[in-house]
Amino acid sequence: MARAAVLGRLTWRAATVAAMRDETATARTLTLDIAGWPGHLAGQHVDIRLTAPDGYTAVRSYSIASVADGDRIDVTVEPVRDGEVSPYLARVVGVGDPLEVRGPVGGWFTWRAAQSEPVQLVAGGSGVVPLMAMLRARAAAASAAPFQLLYSTRRPDTVIYHDELSRCVADGLPLSYAYTRTVPVGWPRPPARVDAALLAAVTFAPDEHPTCYVCGPTAFVETVADLMVAAGHDAQRVRTERFGGP
Amino acid sequence: MTHLDGNAAAGDLRTIFAVDVTTATGQCAGCGQTAPLGSAQLYNQAPGMVARCTNCDAVLLRLVTAPGRAWLDVRGLTYLQLETA
Repeated sequence: MARAAVLGRLTWRAATVAAMRDETATARTLTLDIAGWPGHLAGQHVDIRLTAPDGYTAVRSYSIASVADGDRIDVTVEPVRDGEVSPYLARVVGVGDPLEVRGPVGGWFTWRAAQSEPVQLVAGGSGVVPLMAMLRARAAAASAAPFQLLYSTRRPDTVIYHDELSRCVADGLPLSYAYTRTVPVGWPRPPARVDAALLAAVTFAPDEHPTCYVCGPTAFVETVADLMVAAGHDAQRVRTERFGGP
Repeated sequence: MTHLDGNAAAGDLRTIFAVDVTTATGQCAGCGQTAPLGSAQLYNQAPGMVARCTNCDAVLLRLVTAPGRAWLDVRGLTYLQLETA
């Protein structure tokens, strides 16, 4: 038994930055090459560890954006002001640079292709990353599970995965944007955060029994999850992933 | 003080356990609520991490890690139901 437990524990793996792609003016996707990557589920995350020359280490969690594909994973990083890790990953690291990665971890905030019930995704800012992984996994599995996405973002130009999401919409995904600072010309809703009226208008109703995945900054997740439970969703079906921060 | 979700403890817990404990259902010793550990409130802006019950705020689990060692306190959990299949 002890032997099996030791074998099953998670350790740090060496990763190499294989490619980079800017998603917005600030968010960047890193493709990491990780020898022996065991695969992952949509919604799981990795812990990334940076080590300074003096031995100081910093560890942060990042959601995986891609579907399982051999030794490669994509993570999309939005730099946090005064952050220790995200500014380095989003602005400094280069192709060929080494990183340490531990994962995949977190089996609770995941979507599996065997799920057939409706799925309501609610993203705040870079909280869209693990939800994009779920949309990609749904497409890869040719799943017929009904998905909807509500994506709260500051401005039209802060939308991560804009072109791919537009293709998802063309393929039938009901997608609603909630712009909190600046709206496109002619947009019917003034800049505002997600509220009960918007949730009622553009998300699955509680009696459709969706599984809801809410991801974003702590305050966003707190507000949205509370509104959804107050609207009648089963609290156990509202799965949340807080990024921390305001 | 803001908190994260139990999900965020998955990495540290997987360095100790062979299975993903955040998908296990735990019963709070304080109020009896049962819920996946991944849905607990996780406070990690400290030397260790503390998971609290979403219903009664009682401490479910504490984990402190140091180089080569870890301290785990699960007094706040009556049981953990783990998927073994």
